[in-house]
Amino acid sequence: MSTTSEQAAPLTRGALGVAKQHQPRRSGVRTRLRGGLFGLAGLVLLALIWELYKTFGPVDGVVIGTLTVLPRTSDLAMPHLWVMFERVLEPVTGAASALPLWAAVLAGSLFTLGIAAVGWLVGVTVGLALALLMQRFRLAESAILPWIILSQTVPLIAIAPLVRRWGAQIQFGEFSWESWMSVALIASYLAFFPVSVGALRGLASPDTNHVDLMHCYSVGWWKTLWRLRLPASVGYLLPALRLAAVSAVVGSVVAEVSIGLRGGIGRLIVEYAGAAGNDPGKPWAPIFGSILVGLVAAGFVGLIGLFLRRFRREEVSA
Amino acid sequence: MKQRIKWFGTLGSLAAVGALVLSGCSSDGNAPTSSDASGALTPMTLQLQWFAQAQFAGYYAAVDQGYYEDEGLDVTIDEGGADIVPQDVLAAGDADYAISWVPKVLGSIEQGANITNVAQIFERSATTQISLKDKNIRTASDLVGKNVGSWGYGNEWELFAGMQKSGVELGDINLIQQAFDMTGFLAGDIDAAQAMTYNEYAQVLETVNPDTGELFQPDELNVIDWNEEGTAMLQDSIWANADKLQSDADYADNTVKFIKASIKGWIYAANNPAEAAGIVTAAGSTLGESHQLWMTNEVSKLIFPSSNGVGMIDESAWSNTVDIAMNTKNETGATIITTEPPVTAYTNEYVTKALDELKAEGVDVLGTDWKPTEVTLNEGGN
Repeated sequence: MSTTSEQAAPLTRGALGVAKQHQPRRSGVRTRLRGGLFGLAGLVLLALIWELYKTFGPVDGVVIGTLTVLPRTSDLAMPHLWVMFERVLEPVTGAASALPLWAAVLAGSLFTLGIAAVGWLVGVTVGLALALLMQRFRLAESAILPWIILSQTVPLIAIAPLVRRWGAQIQFGEFSWESWMSVALIASYLAFFPVSVGALRGLASPDTNHVDLMHCYSVGWWKTLWRLRLPASVGYLLPALRLAAVSAVVGSVVAEVSIGLRGGIGRLIVEYAGAAGNDPGKPWAPIFGSILVGLVAAGFVGLIGLFLRRFRREEVSA
Repeated sequence: MKQRIKWFGTLGSLAAVGALVLSGCSSDGNAPTSSDASGALTPMTLQLQWFAQAQFAGYYAAVDQGYYEDEGLDVTIDEGGADIVPQDVLAAGDADYAISWVPKVLGSIEQGANITNVAQIFERSATTQISLKDKNIRTASDLVGKNVGSWGYGNEWELFAGMQKSGVELGDINLIQQAFDMTGFLAGDIDAAQAMTYNEYAQVLETVNPDTGELFQPDELNVIDWNEEGTAMLQDSIWANADKLQSDADYADNTVKFIKASIKGWIYAANNPAEAAGIVTAAGSTLGESHQLWMTNEVSKLIFPSSNGVGMIDESAWSNTVDIAMNTKNETGATIITTEPPVTAYTNEYVTKALDELKAEGVDVLGTDWKPTEVTLNEGGN
């Protein structure tokens, strides 16, 4: 039964899909390096645009009719980048015990990252389980898929207080539900969706003749899954996992604000927002923190992709 | 076979990474808000309407100073959040007491929440509309033709009532949705901005006035105070579950104890603003030091000096609030409530007992001689 995998193997050696399949590995590294450089250049360009617009843009912003389409260039609306970075090095408040702002934001970022990771794991597990169920039973697909799609139309602000309320009533033995679990649950609620849909598409992606071949060998569903469907789904799964990671981060930040959990980036964003008028660099710090969390989360999925690279034939956007 | 081993290896490393991430999350930021409970203490939960900040200094001080413990209560303070409605949490039975504004709760009561105002902690309203002196906006009638900011979501009623009282229609002003910072006001988009005396007003005073190069001074601002305009509504009060007050004698007793200890906490905060501000900061607030102190001092002004003892619900102030709630229309023509609230909506029964006990202990519950401190705000509230 090794035919399929051995056929697939030479195709998957390249790091970046079909086009690169026969190139030696080093060019993959070089490609990645070049990608990183381009990413950095994009960042520099963004910073440049910010400062250029701030210097040369109209003081009152670009207004079309009564609608402001580009912001004012004042120091309040658009602080200089160096104001933001200088502020990060200063303490959060004037209190003697106050941490430097970067340390407080980093601690908040780690807290949010941890919650998002739990939410992501739960979401991915549930998403995969649902996808398998729907792949196995056509009836399950017709029954569950509409609800999965419907679930994402429920606004987060409606479910957040409910989740916290229900969670508060859960207690058995030593275990009691804590607020961060509510946030993780909300993050998983957002994260499971792309995984279930992406995995379902991935599991259904093998060619009919491959599936028929399995039938000819009278291979059971589990073995077909392991040998054919799962490897074939990787290309669909990885973008879904990345989407799930980003959704989990966004979900965590929003849910933290929504239910008022202390310790994470969401709370810091709201708490520091009040300083926008008199300490304009401060509210930007947690925003950078949330970007950092998103990058780390996406990077983690990239790492998974590295592990699974032999199965990545081509990535399909989710 | 080789293939299979690779798969397992991949899964194994994924699980290991996942476990690492999980272990990093095991410590959560929710420090217990109460000291270790001995078996005799009754656990109680108080639901706030926002994050920890000096607006709730009295409750945090009562926990810190052991006033609740003295009464046999082990009080946990639950912070609010953007989508946490304290009266809903209370009505659902997930908290024993809640802090909320009367007009916001009146709407919930009309929709079926059976809860009772058992102590009106803030006697005065802290809501104002502030404007720069040169805009010349001194009373509600001066708002005509101006850009007027409001946060909405139930924070707008005193403004609307004040305008209605002065004969200013909603169409006469340009109502602007105000964000939770004062940049709109500072940028000049909003002429008269909504501001709580203990928070946003201070945010402006912590900002450098570009014209003078120094911090904004109170004499550079005009303030419309709804207490003076006669359309103030009752704000922070302690709400209890009305059903449980009837059916559960222990809960009714504990309500007296809870109010008593809370009032002691507020007296402590008023007399020791610096310590109280420190307690709130230690409880997790990240507000700047001078801003926190300002807030402590300003909320104390809403309580002291007290007309009838801290927490007593003044009948005329209550009916004024109800009156505004029934007769003030918002931009969609709706009012907060359409009928008189039930008699269970407030009671002085428990606060009277609490005040009697405090008086018997020789506690000054009026604070007639209390004087606010002078707080110097620093730039950025630091």
